[in-house]
Amino acid sequence: MTRRGMRALGAAALLALSATLSAAEPVTIDIAKFAFGPKEVTIAPGTTVVWVNHDETPHTVAASDHSFVSKALDTDDRYEHTFAGEGDIPYFCTVHPFMTGVVHVRKP
Amino acid sequence: MKDFRHEEEGPASPDRRKALGCLAAWSGAAVVWSIAGGVPRTVGAMGTGKSAATSGFTFVQISDTHIGFNKPANPDVVGSLRRAIGEINALPSAPAFVVHTGDVSHLSKPEEFGQAKELLAEIRVDHRHIVPGEHDALDDGLTGYLRQFDHDGRNRPYFSFDQNGAHFVGLSNVLNFKAKTLSSFGDDQIAWLRNDLRGVSHSTPIVVMAHIPMWTVYEPWGWGTADSEAALALLKPFGSVTVLNGHVHQVLQKVEGNVALHTAMSLAYPLPTPGQAGFGEPGPVTVPAGQLGRLLGTRQVQVVRGRHALATIDTPIEH
Repeated sequence: MTRRGMRALGAAALLALSATLSAAEPVTIDIAKFAFGPKEVTIAPGTTVVWVNHDETPHTVAASDHSFVSKALDTDDRYEHTFAGEGDIPYFCTVHPFMTGVVHVRKP
Repeated sequence: MKDFRHEEEGPASPDRRKALGCLAAWSGAAVVWSIAGGVPRTVGAMGTGKSAATSGFTFVQISDTHIGFNKPANPDVVGSLRRAIGEINALPSAPAFVVHTGDVSHLSKPEEFGQAKELLAEIRVDHRHIVPGEHDALDDGLTGYLRQFDHDGRNRPYFSFDQNGAHFVGLSNVLNFKAKTLSSFGDDQIAWLRNDLRGVSHSTPIVVMAHIPMWTVYEPWGWGTADSEAALALLKPFGSVTVLNGHVHQVLQKVEGNVALHTAMSLAYPLPTPGQAGFGEPGPVTVPAGQLGRLLGTRQVQVVRGRHALATIDTPIEH
């Protein structure tokens, strides 16, 4: 392998590493004024999503397919879930079922 | 905050206009409503209304105490409840019992239920009939709630009882939440209600208690019950049906034939009215100091034998 080829491989490894790092970086969704913001996010498999409730009213985060459900989140409470596989996961607040969001899990 | 609480009754009659003038003069004092011929009609301000002692009985409805809430909209919900309890205990004619239409607690915590139970015991009545709100059903469903407030030892949140010839039904519409759908009673409870009402004569006054309104006040805020029509269909044959709800923290009313539906004030904090300028969501409204007590309150309900109408008196804790 040429020196140039070695360098290219190294760059590719670095890129792969940074992709892994970005997948490990948590994504935050704010719960405010009875809405999830952003309402839809697209993340890589293995990413952790953190929901933070800013309202004075308790909310929950519950997957429509029942794959996860939080306890009631009071003001400033947080809930984390790590998404392993690819797919579209709709979720809602069980206390206010008209509050909905979707997590899209896609390989980068 | 503007007075929005009496805007739901349809076109103003001359009587009502006079009554509203009276209400303005009383600056927020209680008004007695009687329902006659399907039309709510004001019969007098509190103190000039007919005495309940003549016949029948009265009971008191409280709602949405949210014990555990401590945010700026009301840092002292215990104080607000105690103030209401003082008013109830001072009523000239003692109520037969008190009903609580849900959201006893704010976060369904065992200590909130425990504190609420102790506070409600300060009301000088023999019975407290309570239905759960969705704030009482967080995390573990109604397990914690039923530990303190199981009505009749059957470990379920719905029940019925009779008082002086009137039939009372307590229901739960706070467990069946699905995405983008109003909450519901569920088929089991509707079947139970059908069975419960089977032996009741159609001339018996019926009073139904449930937390979430049994008509769709505003769907995007979840202010309605998906299968309320199924419940109301079972109540249709009865000559006098009064539905007492909470959840919306304000007095709204609707009359459908012989069925009169009322929501009540909260004892914790006000919520906006759908469409109210500046409010896009049903979160606690923080009002200027001194105004809160006029937006929280209790309701007296008068059951008069032989009359279809039950009179309701909504009284702010500050009046």
